Formats: sequence, structure tokens, C-alpha cells
Amino acid sequence: MTSVKLKLKEKDVQKIKEICKSFNNDPGELINVLHKTQEFFGYLPAEVQEEVALGLNIPVAKVYGVVTFYSFFTMLPKGRYPISICTGTACYVRGAEKVLDEFKRILKVSVGETTPDGKFSLTCLRCVGACGLAPVVMVGDKTYGRVTTDGVKDILKEYENE
Amino acid sequence: MELIKLTIDNRTVEVEKGTTIFHAAKKLGIEIPTLCYMNLNDLNIEHKPGGCRVCVVEVEGRRNLAPSCATECVEGMVVKTNSIRVLNSRRTVLELILSDHPFDCLICAKSGNCDLQSLAIKMGVRSIPFQGAKSTYKPDFSPAIIRDMDKCIMCRRCETMCNDFQTVGVLSGINRGFEAVVAPAFERDLDHSECTYCGQCVAVCPTGALTEVDHTPQVIRALADPAKTVVVQTAPAVRAALGEEFGLEPGTLVTGKLAAALRRLGFDYVFDTDFAADLTIMEEGSELLDRLGKFLNGDKSVKLPMLTSCCPGWVNFFEHNFTDLLDVPSTARSPQQMFGSIAKSYFAEKIKVDRKNMVVVSIMPCVAKKFECTREEFKVDGNPDVDFSISTRELAALIKGSNIDFNSLPDEDYDNPLGESTGAGVIFGVTGGVIEAAVRTAYELHTKKTLDKVDFKQLRGLEGIRAASVDFDGVEIKIGIAHGLGNARKLLEDVRAGKSEFHAIEIMACPGGCIGGGGQPLHHGNSAILKARSKAIYTEDEMKVLRKSHENPYIIKLYEEYLGKPLSDKAHHLLHTHYFAKETTHIDID
Repeated sequence: MTSVKLKLKEKDVQKIKEICKSFNNDPGELINVLHKTQEFFGYLPAEVQEEVALGLNIPVAKVYGVVTFYSFFTMLPKGRYPISICTGTACYVRGAEKVLDEFKRILKVSVGETTPDGKFSLTCLRCVGACGLAPVVMVGDKTYGRVTTDGVKDILKEYENE
Repeated sequence: MELIKLTIDNRTVEVEKGTTIFHAAKKLGIEIPTLCYMNLNDLNIEHKPGGCRVCVVEVEGRRNLAPSCATECVEGMVVKTNSIRVLNSRRTVLELILSDHPFDCLICAKSGNCDLQSLAIKMGVRSIPFQGAKSTYKPDFSPAIIRDMDKCIMCRRCETMCNDFQTVGVLSGINRGFEAVVAPAFERDLDHSECTYCGQCVAVCPTGALTEVDHTPQVIRALADPAKTVVVQTAPAVRAALGEEFGLEPGTLVTGKLAAALRRLGFDYVFDTDFAADLTIMEEGSELLDRLGKFLNGDKSVKLPMLTSCCPGWVNFFEHNFTDLLDVPSTARSPQQMFGSIAKSYFAEKIKVDRKNMVVVSIMPCVAKKFECTREEFKVDGNPDVDFSISTRELAALIKGSNIDFNSLPDEDYDNPLGESTGAGVIFGVTGGVIEAAVRTAYELHTKKTLDKVDFKQLRGLEGIRAASVDFDGVEIKIGIAHGLGNARKLLEDVRAGKSEFHAIEIMACPGGCIGGGGQPLHHGNSAILKARSKAIYTEDEMKVLRKSHENPYIIKLYEEYLGKPLSDKAHHLLHTHYFAKETTHIDID
């Protein structure tokens, strides 16, 4: 898994210790601890995982094993505008993959990555329940329907000055 | 004890409640094949993740097939282990595993000793119908262990050894689905992890995914170089296991044949690490008496218990995990390193050979020794005291490849002066042996009396943690013994908490001590083999005329001619070391 290095501040370390303590430093609560920790930091860089391992007194390899197993956990910070492309069946048959390729081409990132300026991140998801609008793209909470490859640059343009 | 009756392959069997189908079948003489299952019963390790699905059986009334290693028997159960459905399914599972496995069996380090290969032979697989992607990973070359995860079948035995038994916790299953693999955190190299190189993962790996670094090519080159004087030392545990590689019964002592084989391989001097083990006792035993004497005289600044320091896996472990206790272990170097140091000083001077033209090779039951001999503190001007360390398995391969019929070799003796040893040196190879050897010498040096009986049976056995006491003429010396790093951790945590009552503690990283080392012939989880090797070691001890290290005439001579006395300045310089705290996390806090 690609990751971003983070230098932890003393207060960050304290925060992780607090989270672990709120779960009684119980190794069985690892997933819950990771949920809370990701909620706070936005992602789970190696340095954070090492602190969690210390807090729960388990090997950091175990923590990393869990982080890499569940797709919910990420070691990369999300962009300010997280872009999600639905690749569920309906969207897929109506050209979601081409739309995805266009985002990749313009932003020069792969799925799961974030642009170097931290503005956009790119992920895929499976069905947002708006199959009538397929293919569907979400940017943050905003939904775009019937997206075409030509429409991709128009979507990105909306965020140009933000 | 509740008994359960069930039928397996039309035969009735009665087993205890809680028994798995796999074990019930075994009782009937039915060997269900497995890949991931591992049972080291005397060490209380049973690994049954039910992951490989090779051991599946048909259970009447159950829709899907059941993994026999992880399914408990139920009263009246009707099981079929070889129905057409089971056989087809087992074959498909195996074919799927093989479809994502490299086909370089002919040149694989595990060839001939691979569980996957054996199963493919047993099942008569002649083609692999599944074509598709193969998972590939960058191989990881550490100083002692090679990880080639292309060959990993996700049995996860290594994880059980690393986490549950050793509590080192370096290896974990990561990612999911096709990308799933066993790796250190953040897919770091072993070299950048907390790996102790104990090699227990290598010892249980069913395939060639985990192997030791092979140094035999370098040894062959050194032997062929006329400018080099090549000196070899053999660790105690090697003689009790090497024979297994040549079809001999486990526990067959091959000391004489071992010396003969090494001479035929072309080593200039065939010496014994047991000699250095005797030397270790002189230094470590004296250190113990020194610390103990001060302590008993009321000096509270003395650190007790004293811990043994012969085992390099153990040294790596405390350098990572007990950095606050670095002054507790003995400062004595391990026998391998004491040997190298003396060979390249005392002996090199004696035979007038420059240390740069001397190559010291060690034959070790160990994987961590490969790392130990590369440590900077064991080099003089960049020249290592021990150049290459090869395992018992590598030596067997070297002998086989050199047209030597091992079993027909005569029994030969070691060379002098570094080949003479006492029974005390021999028992270093088994858990409890180092401390027993130390007690034999420390007792006599302390009480100035001769021991009537040198056997201290209370120190022997295969239990993970043992406690015993020895009467030093009115003073009760309490001794703790642990083998396996998980057991060691328990004793160490007591020391850290100030709760330890022991005066001395012996620790070995591997199950059974060096006899179960990561470089030994594979025991495939059969602890009867460990017991047989242990028995062989004690037999050799009993056969020795001299059984106390301080009576070794060549040790006495070494002190007279060269070192002065134990713990002298020269002895400190050549035979002692210091320990380093290893960074365990990579966090830097602002």
C-alpha cells in the first residue's frame, strides 16, 4: 500500500493514546480504535499505526494487516474534494470506466491516490442507488449524473478556483 | 472425559470430545493430507487455520465439505475421506494453489523437502488446468533469511511461530484476496524490522518461501584458494541431527563422521565450537560468581539475575524489546564468536598466519548465527572473526555435492588445540545445558570442592519455562530456564518488574534449544525428533572423560599462554561484548 509520511506531534501521540485508552487498551478493539483514529487524522499513516500498536500492545504488523485488509481504512490522506466514480453494474455498462480513465488522465493519479496539491482524490464505489442517472460521479456530497468523458473537464472546472 | 463414536471410511472409531476429524482419522491409520496444519504438541502449538482446504472431507448431512483439521467430531458422524467428491475437490484445490506457484522446483532450495511438492507427487498431478495471473513480489534478502513470497501458499505457519510462539510479531497476513501475502509491517524488509533471525519461520515453512541465506558457495571458494588457511568449527547440536539428512535415525550421534567429512571437504583445521563453549563457561561462570559474590556480600548495585548470552536470536530479541535491561545479560560473547576471536588471534599467531589469510567457517544449527558473524563489533579492521556461518542443512548439501558417502565414513577426532572439549561444552546444544555447564564449573570454583555428581537433572527437560535450585554448599542458587522467545519474554517481564527471584537465567530462542534451531534438518513438527536429539547430546556428555569446562587441558593452556585468567583485560577484549538498543519504532516526535 502506498503511503504518505507524517511527522507526529506530541498532541497527536496523546490523542492516539486517549483513543486507545477509551477502548481500555484492549487489542480486541483494534478495528474500533482504527475507526476513531482515522476519523481524527483522516487517514492512517505508518507513524499513526505504530502508535496504535504501542497503545494496544500488539505488533505493528498486525495493525498493518488489518489496515490493508479493510478497504475502508486508508494510508493516504483524501483530497479536499474526494471524487468517487460509481462502477456498479448499471454505471459500468453505460461507460463508467471511460469516465474513470478520463479523470485519471486529467488528474494524473490512479484510483486510491490523491493529487500532489491535495485537492482531489480518486476512488471507485459500487452503486449509490441512482442507477437511473448512470454513469454517476460524486464529488464530496454532490452527485453528477449521465456523466460523459467530455463532461469530466466541466466537473473539474467547477472546483478550479476553490 | 466424554467419548464420541463416529464412522470414518466405514470404520467405527471412539474419540474424546473435542477431537478433530483429522486426529480421529489418524487413530484409524488414515493420513489425511494437509498443507497449513501444524502440530508441535510438546510445545503446545497447534496451528489449524483451515485455510488450505487440502484436508477437506465429506460429512454425511452437511452440504459443503469440511476441513478435517478444524472440524470437531460429533456423536454418530459419518465421514468419508476418500470419496470421489473429496478427491476431486482436493485435486482442484491443489491445482489452484499450483497455478499461482512458480515452477522452478528443480532449482528451488526446498526441493526434496517441500510439503507442496510432496503432495503434488502423492496426488499424481500431471497438469495444471488453470491458467491466469501469478502473484509476484520483490524477494527480500536479509543477512540470514530470504523471503521469496512468490512461493508463499498462505498457510500462515510462520505467523504462528513468529507471533504466538516467539512473540516477535514481525510477520502478519496483509492485504486481501489475490494480493494477500505474509509480510512485515509496511512491507519493510526483514532487515528493517524487529526480526531476530531465530529462523523458526524457516523451520516450519512448507515451501521455499522462507529459506536461509546460503553461504556454501563462499565456503567452497575459500577451500579452493591455496592462499587461505580454512578453519572450521562445529556447534554442539549439529552432531545430534546431521545424520538425519543421510537417512540415519533421529538422535544418531555422528560426531566422528562429521569430523571426517569436514577433513575430506578440505578444511585445514577441523575444530569444535564445544571448545569455545568451555571457554564461554570460564568467562560467563566467572562473571556469574563475580556478580553473585558481590551480591551476597551486600552490594546492591549488582544486577541479578544474570542472563546467558550465547544465543544470537535471543540477543537480537532483547536488543529490540528490553532496551532498559541491556546490562542484565552476561557480556560474554557466544561460543561461535569466542571461537572466531581466539582462532584469529591465539591460533593464528601460533601457526604464523595473518588473520587476513585465515577463513573461519562455522557449522551451526542456527540461522541467526549468519547475522551474528556480520556484526561490526566482531570484526578487526573490517575482517570478521567468523567469515561464514552455514547451517546443518547446508553442510549436508555440501557433503552430498562433494561425492562423500557420509554413512561409510570412519569416526575421526577433532584437531588440537581448539578441538578438545568437555561434556559441559557438548550440552550447550540443548535447553538447560548452558546453565548446567556453568553450574558444574561455578560450583567447584566457588566451594573449592569437587562435585561427586555432575548431572543436574533438575535443569533438564522440554518444558518451556523451568525453575530449579542448586545448593552451593549452603547457599541456594535459584535458576530459571526458558526456551522459545515467548517464554523468555515472560521471565524478562518479571525481571523488569523486579519480581524475578532467580540468580541466573538461561535463555534459548528455539524450541528445545539449539537442537531445534532454525538451521537444523526439518523436524516437520515432530517433537519426538527433538527428544531424540536431546538424548543424543546427553549421551555424548556422559561418554566424555572430562565433563567440566575448567578441566579442559587446552583451556587451561590457553589461559596460561595467552589470556592470563578469566575476566582479564585480554579476555575482556577478545571474549566479551556489549549490547545495543535497537530502534523499534520509526516515529520522531516534534
